[in-house]
Amino acid sequence: MTMLLLLFIFVLSIFLGLELIGKVPSQLHTPLMSGSNAISGISIVGALAATAIHGTFGTILGVLAVAFATINVIGGYLVTDRMLAMFKTGKKD
Amino acid sequence: MDTVINLSYIVSATLFVFGLKMLGRVETARRGNMVSAIGMLLAIVATLLLGGLDYTWIIVGLVVGGAVGWWAAAAVKMTQMPEMVALFNGSGGLASMLVGWAEYIRDPNPDLVTSIAIFFAVLVGAVAFTGSVIAWAKLAERMTGKPILFKGQQPVNALIVGGALVLGIIFVITPPTSYGLLLIVILLSLILGVLAVIPIGGADMPIVISLMNSYSGVAALAAGFVIQNNVLIVAGTLVGASGLILTNIMCKAMNRSLANVLFSGFGAVTTAGTMKVEGEVKPITAEDAYYILEAASSVIFVPGYGMAVAQAQHAVKELADMLEKNGAEVRYAIHPVAGRMPGHMNVLLAEANVPYEQLVEPDDVNPTMELVDVAVVIGANDVVNPAAREDTTSPLYGMPIINVDQARTTFVLKRSMNPGFSGVDNPLFFKPNTRMLFGDAKTSISTLASEFKEAAAAA
Repeated sequence: MTMLLLLFIFVLSIFLGLELIGKVPSQLHTPLMSGSNAISGISIVGALAATAIHGTFGTILGVLAVAFATINVIGGYLVTDRMLAMFKTGKKD
Repeated sequence: MDTVINLSYIVSATLFVFGLKMLGRVETARRGNMVSAIGMLLAIVATLLLGGLDYTWIIVGLVVGGAVGWWAAAAVKMTQMPEMVALFNGSGGLASMLVGWAEYIRDPNPDLVTSIAIFFAVLVGAVAFTGSVIAWAKLAERMTGKPILFKGQQPVNALIVGGALVLGIIFVITPPTSYGLLLIVILLSLILGVLAVIPIGGADMPIVISLMNSYSGVAALAAGFVIQNNVLIVAGTLVGASGLILTNIMCKAMNRSLANVLFSGFGAVTTAGTMKVEGEVKPITAEDAYYILEAASSVIFVPGYGMAVAQAQHAVKELADMLEKNGAEVRYAIHPVAGRMPGHMNVLLAEANVPYEQLVEPDDVNPTMELVDVAVVIGANDVVNPAAREDTTSPLYGMPIINVDQARTTFVLKRSMNPGFSGVDNPLFFKPNTRMLFGDAKTSISTLASEFKEAAAAA
């Protein structure tokens, strides 16, 4: 039953995702890409849970997953913010 | 406690949705990124409330990963942004692959749906990982940017995909005895990521990067089914869908079908156009170019990857300021696939403080191109190649381009007469109203700007 619910959430998310990014102006393509790229670091949640695995090898996999997911999350958000900070309009300054 | 954690996941999924929505508009984009980051923080904190985690090692992982990510994001130059995004993307894919693998270690006898999810998480995660690393290597010029082709490439790829699928099916049916098969699937998937990206040329990288972005979302989604976690499923699906939409936009801008991309081997142009190129190449000196620009009242810059290589964006902005002071209207026509990632040129020009209102898309500028006095092409080639409009035999035929050949005068700033990444000759260089300004783009632009300065000082 849990799996069915998760499938249900998945299917609805597809439609939500397709609707969400309908028309994006081209100057935002890069920030949108790197911003959504940072979100894909959400696998950090799975990585954190994986460290609960007992046994050395499982822990090693978990820690590696945490480290790589963190690179994705921290790097992704910071770099997106750096780019967006540069977008200026001619009206100000 | 479980209820608190799950409620937090709902909130963070909501924040991701709002964040992505806000990223789609210039005015709200920066706040949108912040909103989505808060959602991520919430998801991480909530997960830490789970019992039985190994907190010592978690801190090690967070500190190491955080330091690397922070350093990389702070140190990267804007011109190197495409390869950086590729690397971040690769580490996300790798993390999802490891999550799938670790879950099998925890429970070597998962139920059917979970084992299918493990298979997909390692497959897609591994492809996103090595595919992104190869994309990085191509963009950072650690390896050739040209397509790498070998005989029987397609059958080999098909064999690897087929092999991974067959092993995957056996794994899914009998997980407890199939650890070896899972390891082989991981290995095959890593190889597949490499083979999928090496035949793709540098100019097609915008498509590859956005596709890899989509894959890393799908990998996170699969990992979500592995650990039965709704926030992973929602976030992964959102990224997968948005990446697919972006990929589709890029494909349209290059006149390629998505299927053509997915089954790779693209970017490898083997047939050149047969239309005879007529006319002669007319070089121009910076001084003569200055006189023409000085008299112009409407100027359009068309940047391409060459501007990124020469790091000429600041010089371009300086020249544009001079032109505006001189009374000319200045705009920048940006082709969606100019550069090496979606929106590459926009980021570089934003770095040089170009207001985004001056950035226009091909459809906005093409109808009035006849009214433009000078179009300055800076290191762009295929996106201004009129063969895409005129020559039905050209591999570029049908690709929407910026019609600079219809401007009154066109300057092409170029190092040499080499064709673009597609390897296709450009008839634009031989048109009667085209003038070639050979040399390094940054030097040429700076020379033009200093001509304006001298003239202003003399007046």
